[in-house]
Amino acid sequence: MRLSRFLNRWVLYALAVLGLALFLRDEYSFTLLNFIGIHALLVVGLNLLLGYAGQISLGHAAFFGLGAYTSGILTATYGVNPWLAMAAGLGVSGGAAFLIGIPALKLRGYYLAMATLGFGIIVYIFLNEAHDLTGGPSGLSGIPSLSLAGFPLNTPHRLYLLIWIILGLILALSANLVNSRTGRAIRALHDSEAGAESLGVDTFRMKLKIFVWSALYASLAGSLYAHSLNFIAPGSFGFMFSIKLVTMVVLGGMASIWGSLLGAGVLTVLPEMLTVFHDFEVVIFGAILMVVMIFLPRGLVRGILDLYEFRRYKKKGGHIPV
Amino acid sequence: MEIFADLLQYLISGLTNGAIYALIALGFGIIYNTTTIINFAQGEMVMLGALAAISIYSLTPSLPLAFLGAVVLVTLVGLVFERLALRPVKDPSPITLIIITVGGAVFIKGVAMLLWGKEAFNLPPFSSNAPIHLGPATILPQNLWVLGITAVSVAALEAFFRLTLVGKAMRACAYNTRAARLVGIAAGRMVQLSFGVSAALGAAAGILIAPLTLGVYDMGTMLGLKGFSAAIIGGLGSLSGGVLGGLVLGVAEALATGFISSGYRDAVAFLLLLLVLFLRPQGLVGGRK
Repeated sequence: MRLSRFLNRWVLYALAVLGLALFLRDEYSFTLLNFIGIHALLVVGLNLLLGYAGQISLGHAAFFGLGAYTSGILTATYGVNPWLAMAAGLGVSGGAAFLIGIPALKLRGYYLAMATLGFGIIVYIFLNEAHDLTGGPSGLSGIPSLSLAGFPLNTPHRLYLLIWIILGLILALSANLVNSRTGRAIRALHDSEAGAESLGVDTFRMKLKIFVWSALYASLAGSLYAHSLNFIAPGSFGFMFSIKLVTMVVLGGMASIWGSLLGAGVLTVLPEMLTVFHDFEVVIFGAILMVVMIFLPRGLVRGILDLYEFRRYKKKGGHIPV
Repeated sequence: MEIFADLLQYLISGLTNGAIYALIALGFGIIYNTTTIINFAQGEMVMLGALAAISIYSLTPSLPLAFLGAVVLVTLVGLVFERLALRPVKDPSPITLIIITVGGAVFIKGVAMLLWGKEAFNLPPFSSNAPIHLGPATILPQNLWVLGITAVSVAALEAFFRLTLVGKAMRACAYNTRAARLVGIAAGRMVQLSFGVSAALGAAAGILIAPLTLGVYDMGTMLGLKGFSAAIIGGLGSLSGGVLGGLVLGVAEALATGFISSGYRDAVAFLLLLLVLFLRPQGLVGGRK
């Protein structure tokens, strides 16, 4: 029963991705879908850290930026093969996460939030100031598109399948990770580190592992972003973007793999659809963070389902379980 | 002695900024002490203080009135924020509270952008703008105002916490909320009060710095983060630590701006923060655990 349900989800995912590829015609839709895919990669990674392991990162845009800039600089300035550059980006981001994670993950709660935030800002300043390397605030242009076996992936339509296949694999990988021994360990340490440790979980190693893991996702997303836009500027990797990612996780639902896709989708499409959204964007993101966390801490979908169940249960005259 | 003159000049500007960071750091510390919450919206109170004072001053050109009016207004915002965004929270885990206060900060910033727009506004200095010569360096009267008002605020806070009954009650909550409740202290009131006091401090910091740096809707984020860094560097929750942390941070930044490059100025603050977090998370003064 469980296996068939599990299979169905992935089949549905594949059908939806293929269906959209066949039926959509305009470039714009694919550009938007590509952005959703890239954001979803980031959000799944952050959700592993924030939702499952209960460790907050307010500087996740930094890993996205490191991936994007490593890819960008290596391909545009040094003419390295994009796939190799992508791998190098993974190395840089993963390495940075490892180095920053060793001291930072010994800190808890607020301190970890601050340490990651500080790291994010330092990377952002570096991207702005290291003109020779990054092109400074005006950005880095001339990043080549990816190509697969001689076939250039230079239009949104062509890139779409690549991004969504990668996303599908990452989603499957993450779902697997969460249900593995490691996944159970990180969920245990979310609830109680002391409790998890008493059961023999090396909590520090687990936290570090998941931190590096989520940085790798972010780096991958960054490389894809750089190659799809062919241009990057530091503005896309600032503090506000880190906050947006947290908002996507919160809206989609903490500790929910598929919720991440939903959060990324909704908050990528809404600003595009509603022009009003543009002026009010910051206000809306702030309001979402507060309202969802206060009233629906399990995210939009599960929160509303919970409320519904709760109503029905009460109507039947049941007692509210504590 | 060219270098000595430069050094003195950097020191003056560093101490001025440091005093501002110290005021913000104290705001973080006061809330942390009564609730163990880090209020990420603290920086936005600074911005609101500056912009509110500028708006009031444009209506009635009286600086004392603008100062008082802005402080009262922002204190109200702080109280409302506590009431609407933090008290209804059912599961007050750090992660939830971080996300809520970050959300609050972003929300307040967005509203300020809608109210005041994106341009920067000027507030005239509290007294004349003529620089005072101090040996080889110069100091603006506004710098003296910043340092003076900060010193007075710190002394007043110290007196409040040591000498008044309410202050002592707040400290009791900081040490042990449950024990404080048992002896009849209304802990909820104290939490509210702490949000009010730290919003007022933040507003004061914003009004003080507005004549030096202009007031913009997005000034709060950076100032808030630096105030927090100052609080951590000094030792979170300690009054003297907050002041020391602020001054150390301000001077370090000024020296880095002068001797390295102004572009990396903000990086210095966070590098210092990371160093302290990693090597001495209890801060320089080593506040209460």
